[in-house]
Amino acid sequence: MTKEEIIQPENLVYAKPTLMNEVGMHYCPGCSHGVVHKLIAEIIEEMGMEEKTIAICPVGCAVFAYRYIDVDWLEAAHGRAPALATACKRMWQDRLVFTYQGDGDLACIGACETIHALNRGEKITIIFINNAIYGMTGGQMAPTTLLGMKTSTCPYGRTPELHGYPLNMTDMAATLEGTAFVSRQSVHTVAAIRKAKKAIRHAFENSMNGKGSNLVEIVSSCNSGWKASPVKANEWMEENMFKYYHLGDLKDI
Amino acid sequence: MSKIRGAIVIDTNRCKGCALCVEACPFDLLEITPKKVNHKGYTYVQQKDWERCTGCTSCAVVCPDGCISVYRKKEEA
Repeated sequence: MTKEEIIQPENLVYAKPTLMNEVGMHYCPGCSHGVVHKLIAEIIEEMGMEEKTIAICPVGCAVFAYRYIDVDWLEAAHGRAPALATACKRMWQDRLVFTYQGDGDLACIGACETIHALNRGEKITIIFINNAIYGMTGGQMAPTTLLGMKTSTCPYGRTPELHGYPLNMTDMAATLEGTAFVSRQSVHTVAAIRKAKKAIRHAFENSMNGKGSNLVEIVSSCNSGWKASPVKANEWMEENMFKYYHLGDLKDI
Repeated sequence: MSKIRGAIVIDTNRCKGCALCVEACPFDLLEITPKKVNHKGYTYVQQKDWERCTGCTSCAVVCPDGCISVYRKKEEA
């Protein structure tokens, strides 16, 4: 059998989701954002919500997310995505509303909005990309930076005496009464990607069924910020990040 | 015995050469081009041995930029 015989439209088993635009993504090579964008596009397609989705962009690396997935997007002020999502969902109850935020946006600047939106039980989904660093602005320390981890603003490593302890937003969200589904996933292997897809799909379905607010954290790598190759960054993430940020579903009602 | 054969098509101009697919391939069939770059200046990935590809989609699933399309066909012996 020749290669040309296999490469026929009827034999296609996997391709870039059609909801993703052709424009090349601005993310660094090997960035986890791309995989999560792909998963979200696939899920929206599978749910048939292409025309009924409103997504909220954060400020951070994913600030240009509106270029890549062909649904309606709103651009929020820094950290204010859950507030904007609240307004959208209350106005258009039949829409799938989700925010896509990084750890600087969600856990630092927008910690108040996030906690309160989750606690109110807004029928939204928050996708939380946690790479333990401010990726866009040059790798500064974030609230989620691990103890001992070196960043450009703590070059000798994070110490509890000087910088306090890492903030675990997802554990905190699981204790709130308003949340319906809280999960922490990763996208570093094929198996992890499949699990993450299932979690995001469940969160989207929950928000459409009006069960409560949903938070899916994706523990991600930032190879540029961590000063490692994409493959090495994933290894570092497995060794260090997963010890503090345990993967799995924290709450599912 | 029938055998599952696979083939991939790589959008080399979209590829950034992150090599996550090289790691993900269970049969080690992919490699980064040593001395060629695409129009953005990135070295890109290519398949060094397509005969053994089963179309498992591992490379395409982990690709952050969605550069890889996977085709699969059953070969009757």
